[in-house]
Amino acid sequence: MLILLSLFSICSIMPSLSVHAGGLDLKNPVILAAGILGTTGASLRRAAQEGAGAVVTKSLGSAPREGHHGPTVVQVDCGLLNAMGLPNPSYREFQQEIDTAKEGGVPVIASIFGSSPEEFGRIASGLQADALELNLSCPHAEKYGAELGRYPDLVEAVTGAVKARAHVPVWVKLTPNTADIVELGLAAQRGGADAVVAINTLKAMAIDIESGYPILGNRFGGLSGPAVKPVAVRCVYELASALEIAVIGVGGVSRWEDAAEMIMAGASAVQVGTAMTKGYGVFGEINEGLSRYLERKSLNLEDIKGLSARRS
Amino acid sequence: MRPINSVIQEVRSETPQIRTFRLEGDLDPAPGQYVMVWVRGVDEVPMSFSGPDTITVHAVGEATQALFQLGAGSSIGLRGPLGNGFVLRGDRVLLIGGGVGTAPLAFLGEQARAAGAAVDSLIGFRSSGDVIFQSRFEGLGRAVLTTDDGSAGIAGRVSAGLSEFDLKGYSQVYLCGPELMMWDIISRTREHASKIQASVNRYFKCAIGVCGSCCMDPDGIRACVEGPVIMADRLLESEFGRYRRGAAGSRGSCRG
Ligand SMILES: Cc1cc2nc3c(=O)[nH]c(=O)nc-3n(C[C@H](O)[C@H](O)[C@H](O)COP(=O)(O)OP(=O)(O)OC[C@H]3O[C@@H](n4cnc5c(N)ncnc54)[C@H](O)[C@@H]3O)c2cc1C
Ligand SMILES: Cc1cc2nc3c(=O)[nH]c(=O)nc-3n(C[C@H](O)[C@H](O)[C@H](O)COP(=O)(O)O)c2cc1C
Ligand code: FES
Repeated sequence: MLILLSLFSICSIMPSLSVHAGGLDLKNPVILAAGILGTTGASLRRAAQEGAGAVVTKSLGSAPREGHHGPTVVQVDCGLLNAMGLPNPSYREFQQEIDTAKEGGVPVIASIFGSSPEEFGRIASGLQADALELNLSCPHAEKYGAELGRYPDLVEAVTGAVKARAHVPVWVKLTPNTADIVELGLAAQRGGADAVVAINTLKAMAIDIESGYPILGNRFGGLSGPAVKPVAVRCVYELASALEIAVIGVGGVSRWEDAAEMIMAGASAVQVGTAMTKGYGVFGEINEGLSRYLERKSLNLEDIKGLSARRS
Repeated sequence: MRPINSVIQEVRSETPQIRTFRLEGDLDPAPGQYVMVWVRGVDEVPMSFSGPDTITVHAVGEATQALFQLGAGSSIGLRGPLGNGFVLRGDRVLLIGGGVGTAPLAFLGEQARAAGAAVDSLIGFRSSGDVIFQSRFEGLGRAVLTTDDGSAGIAGRVSAGLSEFDLKGYSQVYLCGPELMMWDIISRTREHASKIQASVNRYFKCAIGVCGSCCMDPDGIRACVEGPVIMADRLLESEFGRYRRGAAGSRGSCRG
């Protein structure tokens, strides 16, 4: 009883973590990133129950895809390289998983990919989710992802095609494998996006020196984890400075300090990917750390959002 | 970790379809743990340890057939040992295995025996020509053999040998084999489910708990890190025995 009472009093004085981000109301700003434990409704629901403010599905396409041959991941210093190859059972078959995920009680965001504005539009109108995230940024799938997403005119056209059909917020996930990510962000904004998500992985490679073989089955993959965080923070800062729409920060967030840094760079919310190797408890840890930090500083999330731009 | 290089020390043919590979390296696995085996240029697939430094492989497809092309002196890449492994509980245990699923059980049985436990086994195969590790199991304690076609031991599925054992007398039961065989055993022995540890097979890709490929309904258990050994009472409440997801994440049959 005592414990219950003290828990209750902590909760009541803790600053609220609820945010409005890219057209969604979130109970907290920590979201499960696309392609991370997002293959089943059950794992998405579990992430929600363990404290995620929203969850993003595995990227979904028109037809079932088995993905690349293994190895599909390589753990490297300070990060993870992956080339899953967008495995998914097709958006039609996945709707049942989304319905299960919704039982978690937080927004379920469907990540989708296609090879043309028309294909994106078709998938968008065939899915019932709380929002859509357009994967215009996967660095290791031929004809998809960053192969479209590095061209601003295509980013705008795809976003426009989805906006014309979707009745829910549309987020556009951007690639950092470009000279100027702001150009891509502006294109998404012109297309009508409700938010941009930055960043997807950095195109990368690892070689087995015993044999000379590239380790990943696909040879190339994408780097994520702590190694990419400074790149992600810079991208979020640049995007938040230039865009009117919300920026969702992703890349190397594994502790509350990383989330605070992203938010100070201008993020409305953050996503967590690679850090899930530590288990589902990550959401609770980050949220609790953020709460305590805000309480200690007598601040709320709105106060720290984009703070760095006001400091320079 | 990056894959470590391991030179194959020895290859033993168990049956025309099944071979045991002795690997180099200080792997130190617990029974029930697995390793991701990278056949360079082909694929990376999960294999349970069949001993402290061995894996026993059934050639069923591309990667396993490519592995069969490799002999002593060839090398492969390894990530592991991975997963939770079996936990030894009590001092009188029963092993129930089918086909190549007997491999991790033989390893477990030898460790359990060395730790002083009494170890009995029920092992089943298609036919007499498919039997592996019979002498390993017989060396541990009482071993009952079944074959589907009756060419050796009791005729019938593995469950045909269940009546030879009184499960009440065992502190723990360990299960590994084709999913429908395991499901058959678990559903016939429901009242003992809380003391049955089963090693399950799901489609493993990352093997580090991030990609979601191996997740099981309805709890989202990540079989690659929270398994592959899962208590049977949890499996009874799950997708196990009904469906499992393949490489694309589509639900499919759990045959094989
Ligand atoms: C924890 C675990 C331990 C295993 N231990 C053993 C063992 O000790 N001995 C043994 O012979 N086999 C074992 N397997 C099964 C083995 O991994 C598959 O037989 C192997 O992956 C087949 O690969 P392939 O390329 O030859 O066949 P494919 O032609 O690719 O497929 C043949 C079958 O194998 C399954 N399969 C393919 N790739 C995978 C994968 N990455 N993960 C899971 N299943 C897959 C497919 O669903 C299909 O049914 C184990 C599986 C798991 C999950
Ligand atoms: C195994 C794995 C699979 C991923 N799959 C997808 C995907 O399907 N769609 C997508 O947009 N991003 C995907 N990503 C990228 C992540 O969503 C995220 O943008 C990136 O990993 C950076 O964040 P992190 O450092 O927190 O992992 C994947 C990342 C990993 C590691
Ligand atoms: S195989 Fe990727 S989460 Fe288990």
